[in-house]
Amino acid sequence: MNSEKKRVKGEVLVEIKGLRIEGNSDGVWHPIVKGVDLTLRRGEVLGLIGESGAGKSTLGLAAMGFARPGCRISEGSIVFDGIDLRNASDAEKRALWGSRISYVAQSAAAAFNPAHKLIEQTTETAVTHNIMSREKAEADAKDLFRRLQLPNPDTIGDRFPHQVSGGQLQRAMTAMAMSCRPDLIIFDEPTTALDVTTQVEVLAAMRDLVEQFNTAAIYITHDLAVVAQMAHRIMVLRHGKEVEQAPTREMLKEPKEDYTKTLWAVRKLAKPESISDDIVLRVHEVDATYGGPNKVLDNVTVQVPRGRTVAVVGESGSGKSTLARAITGLLPPIKGEVYFNGKPLPHALKDRDKDTLRRIQMIYQSADTSLNPRQTIRDLIGRPLEFYHGVSGAERDRQVGKLLEQIELDGSYIDRLPGELSGGQKQRISIARALAAKPEFIICDEVTSALDQIVQEGILSLLMRLQKDTNVSYLFITHDIATVRAISDEIVVMHQGRVVQQGPKSKVLNPPFPAYTELLLSSVPEMDPDWLTRLLAKRAEKAKAKA
Amino acid sequence: MNTATPVEIRAIKARRTVLENVWRTLKTAPISAWFGMIVIVIYAIAALFAPWIAHYGEAEIIGKAYQPSSSEFWLGTDQVGRDLYSRLIYGARNTIGIALITTLVSFFVGGSLGVATALKRGWFDQGVSRLVDCFLAIPVLIFALMLLAVAGKSVINLIIILALLDATRVFRLARAVALNVVVMDFVEAAKLRGERMTWIVFKEIVPNILPPLITEFGLRFCFVFLTISALSFLGVGIQPPTADWGSMVAENKTLITYGNPTPLYPAAAIALLTVAVNFVVDWFLHKTSGLRDEL
Repeated sequence: MNSEKKRVKGEVLVEIKGLRIEGNSDGVWHPIVKGVDLTLRRGEVLGLIGESGAGKSTLGLAAMGFARPGCRISEGSIVFDGIDLRNASDAEKRALWGSRISYVAQSAAAAFNPAHKLIEQTTETAVTHNIMSREKAEADAKDLFRRLQLPNPDTIGDRFPHQVSGGQLQRAMTAMAMSCRPDLIIFDEPTTALDVTTQVEVLAAMRDLVEQFNTAAIYITHDLAVVAQMAHRIMVLRHGKEVEQAPTREMLKEPKEDYTKTLWAVRKLAKPESISDDIVLRVHEVDATYGGPNKVLDNVTVQVPRGRTVAVVGESGSGKSTLARAITGLLPPIKGEVYFNGKPLPHALKDRDKDTLRRIQMIYQSADTSLNPRQTIRDLIGRPLEFYHGVSGAERDRQVGKLLEQIELDGSYIDRLPGELSGGQKQRISIARALAAKPEFIICDEVTSALDQIVQEGILSLLMRLQKDTNVSYLFITHDIATVRAISDEIVVMHQGRVVQQGPKSKVLNPPFPAYTELLLSSVPEMDPDWLTRLLAKRAEKAKAKA
Repeated sequence: MNTATPVEIRAIKARRTVLENVWRTLKTAPISAWFGMIVIVIYAIAALFAPWIAHYGEAEIIGKAYQPSSSEFWLGTDQVGRDLYSRLIYGARNTIGIALITTLVSFFVGGSLGVATALKRGWFDQGVSRLVDCFLAIPVLIFALMLLAVAGKSVINLIIILALLDATRVFRLARAVALNVVVMDFVEAAKLRGERMTWIVFKEIVPNILPPLITEFGLRFCFVFLTISALSFLGVGIQPPTADWGSMVAENKTLITYGNPTPLYPAAAIALLTVAVNFVVDWFLHKTSGLRDEL
């Protein structure tokens, strides 16, 4: 344990100067971080924000004196509490890591060893660093579990990682990081993989703990609203360089740089809601299961009007994606019907004819897995043209070129492989592939959730423009309420396989709310540093009133 | 990790030709891989142009038995007076040729079954996989000896039996790697489009599992080649008077007790090719697996 004397608030803990980090690809060194200075005081939480590729994670790890395999720290100095980490030996760094500096990764599920119980992994660092005896460490871990408001703190440690939920696991990981009462914790997108409803609890728990132990932290995220709740000070990074840095409130109130302003700008995109009675697809009282006794879809009824966008929202496990699988026929419903243009669709995919398949297209969340990495853009977009419309050769290439134009990409992309495109461009290719079939109805399954804010905006406005041009209908599955606000006409709220509410956007997003809709909507972080505090107070009050 | 550095988008430029790409890749090959490739090329030349390179015919008796090496018989003669150097050259053609055909057959059978089971799953997968497990439980050499005894000694039988036994191993790998690909969204997208099974297998899945399969091909080739040599050594493989390295070791094995190196030449030929192929395969595996050197 560190002595109390060391824990004086305000003392400089980490000082990084002129840091440059390079990454190797195919034998060539490319700069990732291009000269960044950073100072962190004890008890201070610094938010690092920026788009993917801005060098946030690399910088965060460098504050531990660590460079990922394939990366090297080429210039600059990193001083942690008087220790020069750049010149420290591996043994010296290992002694610091885990005990005085710890790291909370984005995916707790990947960071925990599935073969060991939570308590063993939580106490491991403290025991191996000889900071505490096993008994003491276990008692301490249970105390941490309690402070993190995990259910059954005395026994939850006996569970294996797969026996707790994602949010609980992320909190257990925070407990693990805290077990040695480190001076510094690096949080690398710790809540990005969580649902909004879970995120609130995890954020609150982490903030409390860091405050209680006066721990300094670097909080890496691309979500501004989240960083506003957590950080005392925010640093904006872009292309490996600092754009600007300021205390949170100041930064939120008046960002100085243009780039920061674009990040701050609330979504400009907004589509006026429009209602229609011309129903293209109707899911009628559908039940579906994955073989077990649990119904993943329970009596679900959803309608999609022609040329409109219906957003399906809900947390993970609510049955959103299963609904898509039931519509496409990948998971035939065990009860109910899916009507398309008034006629019932055959339940199973193999019973549907080619023309029906053509009319219903799907765009996936991850273009990385939905585009075959070994096929060129020509083949990817050309295949549906060839398959459904029988065009080939030069005519096919001409139509591919036209589709590329529609998705705002240059015709010269035609010979590229997906690996040679950026995330946003890949998602555009997925859209073009769906369009090539000339569909009436497209299911968009979390199509923007893997993308940066600015790229998201581009994709969404493209989808809206295409809807205007071709009168295609979208079933837009997402957990992001901001996206829903921007593009939907109607909203379906799902929870545990049931439809909580379906209605026009203006009705669903405004009171009176059903209980679940309210929970979901109130959990969406806002760009106000006091939002979390207020929300927690409000919820505590409500709980008290109930009791 | 969504914050990993993305590959920077290069400016649009003319595509390299296949030849240029191959050359670029070869330039990065380590010494061991170059050594392996050169050895393989030499073996291939020897096998293809055997009649022109060899001094005498494959089974031609041209002198007395057990002559030491001389300017006329570079490596001496064997137990019936055939030129050992010439037989070594012809042996390359026979041993490597048969091993290559066997490996190709085993890959065709094992690979297509592996991908099919990964796609179909269910009882078909269970049935084929458990059957393969049964085969895998029996040591290859003993199983091959038994089957050859039942079916009779001939080159065709040898190829069929070894290919089928080897296909079980290929099946396991092909199924395992295909399982990772069949769950990808692009396979689902192809199914949703209404594509036929053959399109899904050959256009969507096979191109994505090719690198590990090619690597495995090199390794399996070595094993088949060693098994054929072993079987020939035991007398049930390639039959005399056909020149074959395994049987050449067997025929001359007594000489080793008199300090005569004759049986070591074919043995060395076997060992050298195995090492060479492994060098190349190691490099290829390293490249395609995306492993990075510690920097």
